[in-house]
Amino acid sequence: MACESWKADLDAYVDGELTENKRHDFETHLRTCLSCAGAILFRVQMKRAIQIAGKRYTPGAEFRRRLQRDIRAKQPHRLRSRWTLAAVVLATSIVAGVTSVHLERVRLHSDSVYGEIADLHVSTLASSSPVDVISSDRHTVKPWFQGKIPFTFNLPELETSEFSLVGGRVTYLDQTPGAQLIYQIRKHRISVFVFAEDSLAGKLPLHSGTGRTRSFNSETWSQAGLRYFVIGDASASDIRSLSGLLKTAGV
Amino acid sequence: MSNASPQSDSFEELAMPLFDQLYNFARWLTQNGDDAEDLVQETYVKALKGFSSFRLGTNFRAWMYRILRNTFLTSRTGLKETATLPIDPEESQSVVPADRDTPESIFMDRSNQGWLQHAIEELPVHYREILLLCDMEEMSYQEISETLCIPMGTVMSRLSRARKALRSRLGTQLQKRVNHGL
Repeated sequence: MACESWKADLDAYVDGELTENKRHDFETHLRTCLSCAGAILFRVQMKRAIQIAGKRYTPGAEFRRRLQRDIRAKQPHRLRSRWTLAAVVLATSIVAGVTSVHLERVRLHSDSVYGEIADLHVSTLASSSPVDVISSDRHTVKPWFQGKIPFTFNLPELETSEFSLVGGRVTYLDQTPGAQLIYQIRKHRISVFVFAEDSLAGKLPLHSGTGRTRSFNSETWSQAGLRYFVIGDASASDIRSLSGLLKTAGV
Repeated sequence: MSNASPQSDSFEELAMPLFDQLYNFARWLTQNGDDAEDLVQETYVKALKGFSSFRLGTNFRAWMYRILRNTFLTSRTGLKETATLPIDPEESQSVVPADRDTPESIFMDRSNQGWLQHAIEELPVHYREILLLCDMEEMSYQEISETLCIPMGTVMSRLSRARKALRSRLGTQLQKRVNHGL
């Protein structure tokens, strides 16, 4: 492909919008074309400068509080009946005394599990070889785990999503083997951990849900005997979207 | 992928993490602190009202940005901004790569960030928004297409023109600095 033909793809390359094959061909071209390499360098610098310059305004804390208050006030209440509400309050107060100590223990334990998951995620990304099987093909990554972990799992089809599979590795949580998969969305990498629920029984008093751990967004749930953790610095909606895809694939 | 309607109490959980970036984007659009707060406030109210129609598994971020942007376009400031836009022939033209050999790299230095911000502010709103969605928010072309309700081809051509317009403004600013011996 002639140099001129590539000029129209300069922006798409910098924006990460070329298909894998086209990107590969373009990078081959870049190795021998100083003109295109210079144009790319310029665009990357410009994009970075706009990214920095663009993050200019921060909302005030008072505005945030006011907005949150408004949202909460406007959200439809689920418990409309006063009697229902009174009954729930009474029941809750009785049960609360009995369970508060237990819940505190569960919370502390859950926090430490999330902390460990966050550590695993960070240490993997910091590693010079974050994944042992490098492939964007789920049909390559999934079979690689055969014989390495005591369960199997399904991976989602990603063609219609923004996510891409980077690869996978075997990991351990509380001395229990599991799978760690790395996904990418834009510049963000997300870890998906999968463990057999029964091997973690009694060790991890976790409930399904979303949360934030050391500023990472995360989601965990149990499905078909497996415990999933999704964690990364991507937005909460990205974490939720990837979790949705995994849940659909895991059915 | 699930097409189920979301629970109303999950709105806050999904929407509040976008608060900072939506405010920043609103501020770039309105160029005024009070208007930006009004715009964000109205966006969240509209989004909460329409949340039952949002389908889980689809792009919540693009949905929120679309509401914000549409709200802006129908606001007083938005109507004023768009009313003064020249007719843009971009939709009927092919993508034109911009020249790379420009002296504006000087503005990429952090110390000159104010100049770059000023040049972005001067862009017409339809260039400003697409540039920020792509480069600042790191949205994919598909996401931008959903947010701005324009075809993918238009995303590419408009983005190319926005970048060219920005380079042109930076060039003008640089020339002024040279003329003033700065």
